Order: sequence, then structure tokens, then C-alpha cells
Amino acid sequence: MPLAAAITDVEQLKGHPAVARLLAWNPLAVAGVKFDREEMTIYIDRANLRETCALLRDDPECAFNFLSDITCVDWYPAEPRFEVIYHLLSISKKERVRLKVRLDSASPAVESLTSLWPGANYFEREVFDLFGIRFTGHPYLRRLLMPEDWEGHPLRKDYPVEGYR
Amino acid sequence: MILNMGPQHPSTHGVLRVLLEIDGETVVRIMPDIGFLHTGIEKTCEAKFYQQVVPLTDRIDYLCPLTNNLCYALAVEKLLGLEIPPKAQWLRVLLNELTRINSHLVWLGTHAMDIGAMTVFLYCFREREEVQRMFEMVSGQRMMTSYFRVGGIALEPPLGFFERVGEFAGRFPDKVDEYENLLTGNPIWMMRTKGVARITAEDAIALGATGPTLRGSGVDMDLRRDMPYSGYENFKFKVPVAQEGDVFARYMCRVRELRESIEIVKQALDGMPEGPIKADAPGVVLPDREKMKTQMEALIYHFKIITEGFAVPAGEVYQAVESPRGEMGYYIVSDGTAKPYRVHMRAACLANLQTLPKMCEGGLIADVVAAIGSIDIVLGEIDR
Repeated sequence: MPLAAAITDVEQLKGHPAVARLLAWNPLAVAGVKFDREEMTIYIDRANLRETCALLRDDPECAFNFLSDITCVDWYPAEPRFEVIYHLLSISKKERVRLKVRLDSASPAVESLTSLWPGANYFEREVFDLFGIRFTGHPYLRRLLMPEDWEGHPLRKDYPVEGYR
Repeated sequence: MILNMGPQHPSTHGVLRVLLEIDGETVVRIMPDIGFLHTGIEKTCEAKFYQQVVPLTDRIDYLCPLTNNLCYALAVEKLLGLEIPPKAQWLRVLLNELTRINSHLVWLGTHAMDIGAMTVFLYCFREREEVQRMFEMVSGQRMMTSYFRVGGIALEPPLGFFERVGEFAGRFPDKVDEYENLLTGNPIWMMRTKGVARITAEDAIALGATGPTLRGSGVDMDLRRDMPYSGYENFKFKVPVAQEGDVFARYMCRVRELRESIEIVKQALDGMPEGPIKADAPGVVLPDREKMKTQMEALIYHFKIITEGFAVPAGEVYQAVESPRGEMGYYIVSDGTAKPYRVHMRAACLANLQTLPKMCEGGLIADVVAAIGSIDIVLGEIDR
């Protein structure tokens, strides 16, 4: 199966339940979309993240009731440098959607999702530990994998794979 | 009183440290502390070629290496847009289910031993040994198999492999009966597990639990059936679900999964298609040894793949499979070069471990051990 080109036009993807629901709520909520390799990505402004997730979780048309994963990608030296990535799953509809929030290196902070899904706790701590992204409103934002007194955030691209820092 | 359990405690299945705040025998608060086995695999992956990551994936979850191999291979194949021949898909399913059996046997043995039933451990490891010998037959390794590669599988299975699997599949249901005879109706086992460490379906979903930890609470979700991958849509199997949400429910789910898995193995043996085991993609898949000795092209491709890897079109994928412990997911970002820009593993155990406080708080100290065992954690996967 040869790869089809990614679709990034909001007009073409309006039919997707998550995109339709978000546009109906707030036309500015969707900062961008991408449909690539059968996977749907929606770009969200950081200010809207929590409300967007609450909408997608509680709306019966979307029913993205399960938070699969939170992770991050560092696009150093480009700006905005970080992309925080949320994978949502709908257990009843058997569908996935990926939400992305772009953060610049000056203030890498985003609202925590622990009030919606308590399971976000460890995922956010891991991202904080390895990328240095702050999650505001997190109940216990401390390092998860690295030692407490570690300096630096190992998964950032300006952190060497081996040798001395 | 604050009590420290682990990280070297035998019943924490590796190096889990748990801080317990107790009032007499009752657990007031419980705090898992992890990270003792963190080896930075995600960072290491960024410095390797795509094919060099395969051996690293084994080492994440050392009880189900083939599931990790499969998940990684599927993700890269999705990035490349590669079609995998049916025989490779069926072999992947067959070995994946044997891996599930292997992993569940280790879980059952150690979980029973934690609670005090020593014999089950010996019985389980007897069969596990057979499964590991089969892995050794196909891949040369008992644990770190690295057998599934991007674009197919490494080698044809040797002569006599399918007969051996068939013979094992015929015998295995009786062995599961043996384990069940020892445990399922055993009054001590029931007292230690029934009604212990309960968790409701809502809590399990909110905390991100998957696999038997979620199905034991009555949520019918299995990625093999709901979002089929690698040809699972061709197989008929039931997804065991239990409603109670206690240790016994999770035990029953996994034991019934043992029986379902062996049925899938039988189906895979019966319907094994003929044909190649590698995709027709010379720039990605290593050529056969024989061809390298006779064909110039094959030799060049081999040299190029080994020395400079293969470029993967830019993009990103999230591929999830149902590992013995739940949703194992690989999120891979490619920037168009031969090395992955970012590899992230969604560890099922990491999310499942978060259910521990809900299960244990308000219960007894002795039940903490039963609860930890019933989540079936592998610290290699949690810490990566």
C-alpha cells in the first residue's frame, strides 16, 4: 500500500466527529489538523487544552473516554520547540485521536489533565522529568524516572546521548 | 507509621519500591516509587538506525519480547507503508500468542508464590521452559528474541518447529486444568483473592488501566479484537471478562486467556499460508544469505542497509498492540532520515501501576502483595 499524501485542510476533515464537535464549540479551537497514515491529529492552543479534552471525553458522538498516552517531542532548535502529544481512545467507538499542543522554549508549561483523568499523573510526571515541561495544576509534579537531584532533562535534543554533559 | 517495601523485596517483581503509610495492619496511603531500572532506551533509540532498535525493544518488557518486536515492526511498517506477506503475519500471531502464554505462566507462578502457593510456580515454569525452547528454535534465543524485523521476520522457522508447537498446543489445555485444580477452587486461594484489592470499571478507565487489569473490572476491551493488527481479524477467539474487579477476577481473566491463546495458536497452525516471510522491499529488508552469494544487487543492498540504514518517510504513527499486560503502544516520529527522531513506548504497566493506591488503600498490608501480583507489572517496561 503506497503512502497517500497527508491531508492538512480543515475543510476536508470537517466530517470527523472530533473536529466537527470542536468547531461547533469554538471555531478557533482547532489550530490545525492532519490526517496521515489513517491517523487523525488535531492541533490545539494550550489555553484550550483542558476544555477540549473535557468536550471530547463527555460528548456522546466522540466519547474519547480513555487517555492512552501523553508524550512530547523536542524540535530543537526550531520554535515553538516542544510538541506535547495526547493520544485519546474511544473504547465504545474504537477510534483514536491525537491532540497536539505546541509550546515555545521560553515557557514550556501546559495545563494538567489530572483533574479529567487521574491516570495522566504518571505520564505528565514522566514528560516533566525527561523534557522539563511544567504541568500547571498537577498534584505532585516531581521527577518520576530520574533521581530526584538529577540536573537536566535527558530526552531534550540538546542533551547528549553519551559522554559528559 | 511509614513502612518501606522494596526495591529488593522479592514480591515486588523486580525493583519496585512502595512506601506504605500504615495504621496497625491497615494501609492508609501507598506511594509507588519507580525509576530504579531506567536505562534511557527512548534516548538510545534516537541514536540508532531503525533496524538497530529491534534488539532494544526486547529489553523493555523481557517477559514478552516478541510483542514488543511486533509493535515496533508494525509501527515502522506503517510509517514506510509496507505490506507484509500473509505467512509472516500468521507466524507473528502464532509466536505472539506463545509469548502471551509464556508471560502469563511467569505471572501465575510468581503471583501464586507471593500468596503462598509454592507448587504452582514449579508447574508453570515446566511449561514455560517448553515455550522458551520453541523461541530458541526459531530465533536462537530464549528471551531476547529479536525475531520480528521491519518488513517481516528474520528467518524461516526450522524443520520440526510446527510439529513441536502442535504437540505442545495439544497438551497445554490439560496443564491449565492442573493449575486450576491447584488454585481456582482452593479455599485458601479464594480467601486471599476474592474481594481483595477491588477496583471499579470507572476508576480503572480513569486511571488508564488496560489489559486484564481493566477486563477484570468488567470492561470488554481487547485491541486484538477491537482494532485488529497483523491479521488478528482472521482468528476466532473470546475475550475473557470478569465483573468483580478483585484479584480473583483478574486471575480468572488471565487463566482463561491462556486457553484462548492456545486456541489461536492452533488456528494459526491449521491455516498457516504458504509464501515468503519477508516483504518485497529490497531497500528495507535484508536479502537472503544465498542471494548475497550469487547476486550483485543483493550484496549492494545488504551493504547499504547495514552501513547507512534505510530512510523512512517523514511522519508519525502511534501503533498499539495488546500485550499480555495491556495496551503496549509505540509512538514513532520520523524526520525522513535513517534514524528515528523520537521513539516513545506507551508502557501498559506504568498506567496499570497507578491503580495500586485505589486497590490497596483501606486494605491490609498482606493484601498489598496480592494486589501487586495481580497487576502483573514488569519493571523493565515501567522504567524503560
